[in-house]
Amino acid sequence: MFIHIDNKTYTVKAGKNLLEACLTLDLDLPYFCWHPAMGSVGACRQCAVKVYKDENDMKGRLVMSCMETVTEGLRLSIEDKTAKAFREQVIEWLMTNHPHDCPVCDEGGACHLQDMTVMTGHDYRRYNYKKRTYTNQYLGPLINHEMNRCIQCYRCVRYYRDYAGGDDLNVFAAHNHVYFGREKDGVLQSPFSGNLSEVCPTGVFTDKTLKEHYTRKWDLTMAPSVCNHCSVGCNTIAAERYGQLRCMLNRYNGDVNGYFLCDRGRFGYEFVNSENRIKQALIRSRTNEAATESEIMEHVQSLISMSKVVGIGSPRASLESNFALMQLVGKENFYQGISEDEAHLNRLVVEMLRSGCVHSVSLKEIEQADAVLIIGEDIWNTAPMMALAVRQAVVKTAASQASQEIKIPVWLDSAIKELAQEEKGFLATLTIATSPIDDIATHSWHAAPDDLARLGFAIASYLQPGKIVNTDFSEALLDKAKKIGDALKKAKNPVVITGTSCYNDNVIKAAFDVAVALNTGERKTSFSCVMTECNSMGLAMMGSPSFSVANENIKTNGHATAVILENDVYKHIPSANADEFFNSCDHVIVLDALHNATTEKAQVLLPAATFADGDGTLVNNEGRAQRFFQVIPNTTSQVQESWRWLKKLQTLKLHTLNGHALHPDDLLREMETALPQFEGITNVSPKHDFTIHGEKIPREPHRYSGRTAILANKNVSEPKPFNDGDSPLSFTMEGYKGTPPSGVVPFFWSPGWNSVQSVNKYQEETNGALRGGNPGLQLFKNKSDARDLFFNDVPESFVVAKDRWLLLPKYDALGSGELSSYTAALKTLSPQPFASMSTGSLQALNAKDGDMLQIVDAGIMYGSLPVKADENVCDGVVLVTAGLRESMGMSWGTRVQIKK
Amino acid sequence: MEQPLTKNIITGKTLSLKEYEQAGGYAALRKVLKNNAPQEVQQMVKDSGLKGRGGAGFSTGIKWSFVPMDEDARHPKYLICNADEMEPGTFKDRLLLEGNPHQLLEGMILAAYAIKADISYVFLRWAYRKAAEIMEKSISDAYAAGYLGKNILGTGWNLEMYLHTGVGRYICGEETALLNALEGKRATPRAKPPFPQVSGLYGKPTIVNNVETLCCLPHIINNGAAWFKSLSASEDSGTKLYGVSGKVKRPGVWELPLGTTMREIIEEYAGGMANGYRLKGVLPGGASTDFLTEQHLDIKMDYASVAAAGSRLGTGTMIIMDDATCPIGFVHNLQHFFAQESCGWCTPCREGLPWVEKILLGLEKGKGSTEDIELLQMHTQYLGPGNTYCALAPGAMEPLQSALKYFKDDFVEHIEKHKCPYEV
Repeated sequence: MFIHIDNKTYTVKAGKNLLEACLTLDLDLPYFCWHPAMGSVGACRQCAVKVYKDENDMKGRLVMSCMETVTEGLRLSIEDKTAKAFREQVIEWLMTNHPHDCPVCDEGGACHLQDMTVMTGHDYRRYNYKKRTYTNQYLGPLINHEMNRCIQCYRCVRYYRDYAGGDDLNVFAAHNHVYFGREKDGVLQSPFSGNLSEVCPTGVFTDKTLKEHYTRKWDLTMAPSVCNHCSVGCNTIAAERYGQLRCMLNRYNGDVNGYFLCDRGRFGYEFVNSENRIKQALIRSRTNEAATESEIMEHVQSLISMSKVVGIGSPRASLESNFALMQLVGKENFYQGISEDEAHLNRLVVEMLRSGCVHSVSLKEIEQADAVLIIGEDIWNTAPMMALAVRQAVVKTAASQASQEIKIPVWLDSAIKELAQEEKGFLATLTIATSPIDDIATHSWHAAPDDLARLGFAIASYLQPGKIVNTDFSEALLDKAKKIGDALKKAKNPVVITGTSCYNDNVIKAAFDVAVALNTGERKTSFSCVMTECNSMGLAMMGSPSFSVANENIKTNGHATAVILENDVYKHIPSANADEFFNSCDHVIVLDALHNATTEKAQVLLPAATFADGDGTLVNNEGRAQRFFQVIPNTTSQVQESWRWLKKLQTLKLHTLNGHALHPDDLLREMETALPQFEGITNVSPKHDFTIHGEKIPREPHRYSGRTAILANKNVSEPKPFNDGDSPLSFTMEGYKGTPPSGVVPFFWSPGWNSVQSVNKYQEETNGALRGGNPGLQLFKNKSDARDLFFNDVPESFVVAKDRWLLLPKYDALGSGELSSYTAALKTLSPQPFASMSTGSLQALNAKDGDMLQIVDAGIMYGSLPVKADENVCDGVVLVTAGLRESMGMSWGTRVQIKK
Repeated sequence: MEQPLTKNIITGKTLSLKEYEQAGGYAALRKVLKNNAPQEVQQMVKDSGLKGRGGAGFSTGIKWSFVPMDEDARHPKYLICNADEMEPGTFKDRLLLEGNPHQLLEGMILAAYAIKADISYVFLRWAYRKAAEIMEKSISDAYAAGYLGKNILGTGWNLEMYLHTGVGRYICGEETALLNALEGKRATPRAKPPFPQVSGLYGKPTIVNNVETLCCLPHIINNGAAWFKSLSASEDSGTKLYGVSGKVKRPGVWELPLGTTMREIIEEYAGGMANGYRLKGVLPGGASTDFLTEQHLDIKMDYASVAAAGSRLGTGTMIIMDDATCPIGFVHNLQHFFAQESCGWCTPCREGLPWVEKILLGLEKGKGSTEDIELLQMHTQYLGPGNTYCALAPGAMEPLQSALKYFKDDFVEHIEKHKCPYEV
């Protein structure tokens, strides 16, 4: 529809509010309390504009643009004198108590309050009285609190409580003593607390880990990145200075994480700076272990030429690195570095998504679901951002019903919340044990994996009678199935979520069958399966055998050199099996970024790049290939991407030293040819030689301070800027100044918009896709081999065995993560390893809460763990903390013995 | 002169259920439940011209008419009595609450019937401890007598009623903030639209009416719209409880025809100014109305006449400012109250009012400058209706803007003399 802004006519989308319309049109209008993901509440009064009845109305009426819907032919003025004066006045009010401590404030230079103050033109302070002051709180190791800076926009509590479902941050007191914090000092409980630092328009809530090694935003070198800490693949911005990774920021992707990250993702970056990093190539057999690159090459040449070479891939290494290893050792000698149990499940998931029977769902689409069924996966702890998306689905379903009921727009947040009250959309969580997400569930049921699967199959059978051949479902189970099935049937966009963490293929099959059974002509069910690592899907799609097969082969054939890629196999495989493998190998070459149990076994250790010092591509659990870019320039150390090392080894092996394929682009091209399932992978991002008018895209903002004296002890001459040549990004502040293609946006900035709010300027419309489309490439789209797939494998009910317990992993939203656990702050929030069992199981063991238990599997003894009694764990099951720094590979999903 | 609302009230005493019934109480309810459909009650009240007595003066019948009445309207619907009487200088509802509680209950039940409500609440000011006791007993008596609960008077209609005492926040007088408080949330006002008639308490259709408004209902039903109109001395219908406080001979509250002149109320009923004092200004309807002065004494105290004189009838309870009281100190006191009672939700009110308060204190202490006057004027302009989230700050600006108009000399004198000229 048409509207008139300051006597110019514009086309805008119906249903939006005036503020969204203005921002979408790229017009500058200041605001605080409105947030694109949270809607309007009209509290700050900053976005005032004049609205006129018609062209003859000269007086107009001041309105808050965030609270008014666009109407056909509407006339408004941003530039009107009164409106401008009022907006300036609002800033003056907000600033009456603000401490004006920008020079010592972490937010300074990236502060929405600064930007808006400048935008309104307020520059002279007339308030002559004392400012009110507050006492700050200790909010834990992740978030810093400085209440004096607060301008009371209420965004923090609206985000923390309403959006993320937290309940330990609130607003206290009234009038101009309003206080945002906790009831008393203490660690923020929500695993999404880090977003407060981006939601807060000023410096009240800031990133405490950044404070440890603080740098102004304008002095950061930044690059588009992808989170490494779970399979969801949230988009991030990695930010560096002086060779150190300083912080991670959210990178908006309208299809994936939107405006937010979980705390594991935001704060889990410090392993990059860890003292445990491998910076030096080593040859362990020598007196002087440290080796130069040429020594390494000379030494390795014999190892990889003489004997058979097997490659052990990694679910946390990039596609490029895994593929380079596959090229080096040959397809027949390349193995996934995970257990057969996990590889089996991952293969199954690939088969399901490739079949095209169900739609592989994005996070954004999950947010829009009107019914969600979760079978077998504790997504709160294994894929936190997916849990946040499910929360939005549940809340938004109620909101959209409310909005239709009395015809108020969905963005009118407070009115919608009043109307919807406690109403929630349908969510059923069928999991092994309780999870915080159960709080918003319509139905929650906790049982052993086989029983969860049985309920899943019963639901599928209820939805499409006759498809499942099984008659022994109990009445109680059928009743549950009917309740859930009826709710799913009513939905237009149902989503079924499952995951591999039950280590039970029946669970995944049951979830898939429900999704297929829900498919009707007009309804295409969406399906998602959470996996364990950031590139589990990419590795699984390569279709290679598991580590267990490699182990068998080596045991049988002997005499092999193993090349292990970025993989602590001790985290995936029970240590006895891993030891067995290493004992069978003649030589072990390991590429990794951090020292671990596997690197201890290496005769040759090569320092691999992390996501921050290298380029690569990851495939998330949805099948979305996403590119991450190097942000730490590497001028001195031997650290390089594993694919680069492996390509160099390959040239050695082939005796052609003029290897040409040393860009990720070339690798991906070769990969596309070799593995057709990755068709299109070369289009994930612009090529390395991409330029705009001959200019590269700068990783540094143009406000960068330039060179300082801090490295003068090393070199006083001006070094040539680092150039990795791998990407269209440059390591300087020079280059193209406009909006780059969406996949290579290194930071969000726009004139007058120095804070994260500048993301508005990069979107096609507020809250919409990035200009040019959201980055990433869905590899499961447009499949030609679509075929009917349906499983019928209803397992027997779970039977409690007298002296065997089903061993299952228990993940932790903050503590789990092989790499993120190197962030000291996250480590302190991580639980200590423990096992949990039902009281019944403990009685059977003659044990009590707090006892130390030892888990024994086929004669292999795992370390002792304290046991906690947990009523929500079903009898016959033992849950053991997984993914923690201390956690080692276990035979999950099998029955184990337990000794006191 | 008829005084339907107060005729049975004896100061210091509470009319019991029995006494109320003997005086003709609950007859209106019996009549209506037997003979009239809810919409007919709405029409009667619309015809009577009853306007809300809480301060805004909006037609009660029209207010009710926005409640969805069709079969698929969302239930439970709520009827809420706003008995949070927190407006400074206002004590009219207290008289009705303590003197004749069943008159209010009957009014509430009638109103609830008119909108087909299922649940009703009395939201009572925390400080009205005696009224709380009285209401609690009266509600339970009404339950016992079959006026509340299931199957009221054998008609099959159900209505539950609860007493809720607030914690003493002025903002709870704002009906949407009251709803939030009642839900156990922070007492911040809500965005309108949607209005409470559509999405009120717990998101369901809700009507909030003032005590005095509700007390009029039994009499309108019993005596008809024409009678109710005839009670008034103005275009508006009915009687009004007028109050006077300040340095008058007999401060108090009286039920008089709507449109009685200010002079009559102050001079005849309140006995005129106390000895040695002259009237300097009047806040005609509580602290959030514009000052009027001696020149306005002959205006009629009805909605339109007071508005024409540049103020609002508000609650109809006048605060008299005498000539020995410093207007700056007086207004400072009011602004202190308003600044403290701001809920803290929107910027202009939260940050503007404390600033105004500090400026006025500075002026009062002789530390003011002419720039302060400009700042005060700026605030009266920018804290106006529409600029803030609710009516609290615009209300707070009413006595200030009129003080700047009528008592400008006092402001100038404070600045020039660097002290308060009223100081003894």
